[in-house]
Amino acid sequence: MRSLSLALGRARLENRAFWRNPAAAFFTVVFPLLFLIVASVALADPLGGRTEAARFYTPSIMTFALITACYTNLAMGVVMAREAGILKQLRGTPLPIWAYVSGRIGQAVFVATLLATLIGLYGAIVNGVSPPLEEMPWLVLVLAVGAASFSALGLAVTAAVPNAGAAPALINATILPLLLISDVLVPLDQGLLATVAGIFPVRHLADALAAAYDPSVSVAAGDAALSLLIVAAWGLAGFVVALRTFSWSPRG
Amino acid sequence: MTVIRARGLKKRYGARWVLRDVDMSVPAGTIFALLGPNGAGKTSTIEILEGYRDRTSGELEVLGVDPARGGTAFRERIGIMLQDGGVEPYLTVAEVLDARRGYYRQPRPRKELLAAVDLAAQDMTRVRRLSAGQRRRLELALATCGTPELLFLDEPTLGFDPVARRAAWRWIRDLASAGTTVLVTTNAMDEAAALADELAILVDGAVVARGTPGEVVGASATETVIRFRLAEGAPPLPVGLMSAGRSTPDGAVELHAVELVQTLHDLTEWALGHGLELLELSARPRSLEEAYLELVGSART
Repeated sequence: MRSLSLALGRARLENRAFWRNPAAAFFTVVFPLLFLIVASVALADPLGGRTEAARFYTPSIMTFALITACYTNLAMGVVMAREAGILKQLRGTPLPIWAYVSGRIGQAVFVATLLATLIGLYGAIVNGVSPPLEEMPWLVLVLAVGAASFSALGLAVTAAVPNAGAAPALINATILPLLLISDVLVPLDQGLLATVAGIFPVRHLADALAAAYDPSVSVAAGDAALSLLIVAAWGLAGFVVALRTFSWSPRG
Repeated sequence: MTVIRARGLKKRYGARWVLRDVDMSVPAGTIFALLGPNGAGKTSTIEILEGYRDRTSGELEVLGVDPARGGTAFRERIGIMLQDGGVEPYLTVAEVLDARRGYYRQPRPRKELLAAVDLAAQDMTRVRRLSAGQRRRLELALATCGTPELLFLDEPTLGFDPVARRAAWRWIRDLASAGTTVLVTTNAMDEAAALADELAILVDGAVVARGTPGEVVGASATETVIRFRLAEGAPPLPVGLMSAGRSTPDGAVELHAVELVQTLHDLTEWALGHGLELLELSARPRSLEEAYLELVGSART
């Protein structure tokens, strides 16, 4: 009971600090919404009409927003707190490490949920695109597994970042190229890059989310389920790496 | 009861020994100061005692447990003010304090903490808007907010203004009289003299002097320092007096007298004989700072 309230308290605290930090709030919240609006204007014609286009980019931007909130934002937040000595100071208190980490993840998941809801509502209300009712549980499941997996990966990558100066470059270097080749920001269905993207979880998260929006893809057929399993496997690997390498203080 | 007991504490980073041999014994309810030049191993020592680092060898017991394996139960009983600690910049003073208080079973009331470090008017201020001194004071409040049995303060008043500094000293002494054991590191000798029941001077990873401040000052010499200024054109001091003295960079003369009454007598007799004034004449015991400089100097040669 006390454990749960510690974790929830940390999440509330992180969330409060998040919304007061203009850089974090802008890149995590405004950026994906800006993409959404740009996409809905720019992609309508090339992708064969507003509804057709929205069927592509609504789950895409959802993928992008989830990754920004859970991976980029989480990793940056932890690295910055580590650099500022906040982690070191907390480690000298009875607060358990998992409570701190749960608070960070809780904050990331809250923002991801908020963004996914906004993007979903925009798709439904403005563009008339929404998953069929029977696909809703699938959509929620994919979002939950995706948020958990990318949070774990975000924690894992913090071990590779030596200090705050290297953080934006390193964290973005691990995720931006993948976003570009994973049929998320740019439609890209085949070729070498698509094959490469098939190894990593970004493409699979996008595919699993797209399945909810595309009636021609049947989840039962197994492709989307396989994609979700691959995302979960990456998340599990990230979790193991994070457990083994998490560091309270910056290097060099 | 002994709160900190260390014997033959050693710490090595790679091939470099930062602690070569540290013994320490701190009784409950006392203030122990760890002094020493930069890089002497003060922070390494305190971080081993806090449980942040493990020792390479040696025996260590803090509050009856090995701090490297103390875990949450151990951290419940201690309070730490780090030299390089951080506080969430976008939260307010009150938010940070309340969050921290929530991690302990016996938190001090927020009001009491704010009053003690004189931040009552800043409780709704975001941490990033605090001045450097105010932030340090907040960190002092955070270190004490769990009603610790043992309080670690690493350079606690660095950046404080003189009023805040004295208020902090008073509070630290109050905490100690109420039973809290305090381990403080500092480079300010007046702070050590004002706070410490006992102190140890660390040079190159080893203790070169220990005892009460009085003992440490006395252990190196029993001299009194006589200080004065001579007017322009005064004749030189007689050789007998000058052999115990030196000119200071600011143009005054300092005599180190072992026999104070005799030396003062010789000096004033000489001055009266020449019809001279001894401007700003003062006589005072050697300070801790002088003893410290001497001890560190001789330990390094």
